[in-house]
Amino acid sequence: MNFSTLLRHLREGFKNVFRNGWMSVASVMSIIVSLFILGVFMLLVLNVNSMANQVDSQVEISTFLELNVDENLRSVIGEEISAMPEVSEIRIVPKDVGLKEFRDRLGENADNVLGGFDVDNNPLPDTIEVKVIEPETVNFVAQKIEELNEKHAEKPIMKVNYGKETVDVLFKFTKLVRNIGFIFVGGLGLMSMFLISNTIRVTILARRREIGIMKLVGATNTFIRWPFFIEGALIGLIGSIITVAVLFFGYSQLMSTIGQDVFMQMLNLIPLSEIWPLMGTLLIGLGVLVGILGSTLSIRKSLKV
Amino acid sequence: MIEMQDVWKTYANGTHALQGVSVKIDRNEFVYIVGPSGAGKSTFMKLMYREEVPTKGQISINGFNIGKLKPRKIPYVRRNIGVVFQDFRLLPKMTAFENVAFAMEVIEAPKRHIKKRVMEVLDLVGLRSKANREPSQLSGGEQQRIAIARAIVNNPSVIIADEPTGNLDPETSWGIMQLLDEINFRGTTIVMATHNRDIVNTMRKRVIAIERGQIVRDQMRGEYGYEF
Repeated sequence: MNFSTLLRHLREGFKNVFRNGWMSVASVMSIIVSLFILGVFMLLVLNVNSMANQVDSQVEISTFLELNVDENLRSVIGEEISAMPEVSEIRIVPKDVGLKEFRDRLGENADNVLGGFDVDNNPLPDTIEVKVIEPETVNFVAQKIEELNEKHAEKPIMKVNYGKETVDVLFKFTKLVRNIGFIFVGGLGLMSMFLISNTIRVTILARRREIGIMKLVGATNTFIRWPFFIEGALIGLIGSIITVAVLFFGYSQLMSTIGQDVFMQMLNLIPLSEIWPLMGTLLIGLGVLVGILGSTLSIRKSLKV
Repeated sequence: MIEMQDVWKTYANGTHALQGVSVKIDRNEFVYIVGPSGAGKSTFMKLMYREEVPTKGQISINGFNIGKLKPRKIPYVRRNIGVVFQDFRLLPKMTAFENVAFAMEVIEAPKRHIKKRVMEVLDLVGLRSKANREPSQLSGGEQQRIAIARAIVNNPSVIIADEPTGNLDPETSWGIMQLLDEINFRGTTIVMATHNRDIVNTMRKRVIAIERGQIVRDQMRGEYGYEF
């Protein structure tokens, strides 16, 4: 293909979008609608995912040691725990530090609750806080830590705590949300492709005559396909850019609304700048792809003149 | 240059449109194809521009057997054949110029060349001044002239015209006939199916009559031979 033919295809593709007026608008609209729904779901899934990950990473195992455990044994147990392959990091919290942190957490109420307790009179045990690499393994790791007791005559571990029920329920929930989200996203992707290919098929039916004439004057199928290809890509591009603009405007509005509400701030949405490259590229790419697929799929039948 | 040897065409519905047609048309001839409606004229024409393929027999144009052509090669054969229809078949949202230029863009002719050549043929059909009008702004005769301009713009060796005057009033029809005669005079073979008695009887050319799928008459400087 020479350069002037390429220009011609581009020109024709652009012209066709305008020539087909309302059908182009309809195609663009159907892209916008499907991509918008898709985008909203993607945002939802991404955010739930990130929240789930945050919760995951906050899951930790508190290992309470017996009160009579000395510093030596404490660090031995600490080393044994960090040697486990599932464990990412540990933090040894001596009881003094534990009390101080507890006080800090309670804030103004600290004196009411912890009145009379101090370094010399400390009710708290030494604690080892354990973080795991894969949140799903907390159960297993907690058990392994409990079994450390068998190795030491002192039976130094008083209690291993990881909020069993809470963690299990949370994992089930995040897994469910993710799976449903992915199924939705996949289904919507297919649906939008179907919608668009149908819309473009209607415009092409109206243009069978045009294609027939092209064939009659000796156009090759490739030549005929090109403008349709460009038209589809253009429709996809226009639709997806509008969608992305609307989505991101809406999302940033949502972010700033939430930013003003103290309670909603706990939702901890992913900032726009982190989502934008992935979402933008994905939605625009998908829009263009769907537009191209829609137009080339629907032209196939008409080419057999 | 166009040669059919024992060509049969049976459609899927069982209609025997052509039954053993053999004919030879030489370079630079002007041939009328006449005969009653449904006798096989249209099939005869369609076989020549490879809209249909023969059920049996051979059709060759310039020595190429177009019945056995691979689909991929069809476009290249069509570039050597100009086709004109009763209903003009212009693209409605393009100007006259664009409609003609279209046939050259399709064969990827250079742009400078296209402009020059299109104006040349628009001159020949007498519509240079209306180059920027769309088909809806042109009369039937003018639309047919544009269609003819499109058919000849790539210098085909043959023009296949299927009732080119069928939708036109007698006076306009004569204008079209003079144009086709001129094109024939310049060296293009013309095969034209027609129902127009006056034209065939006045502008005397070779006449091939088809009835019930067979050639029943083939005369040099023949007559129309039917009442209608």
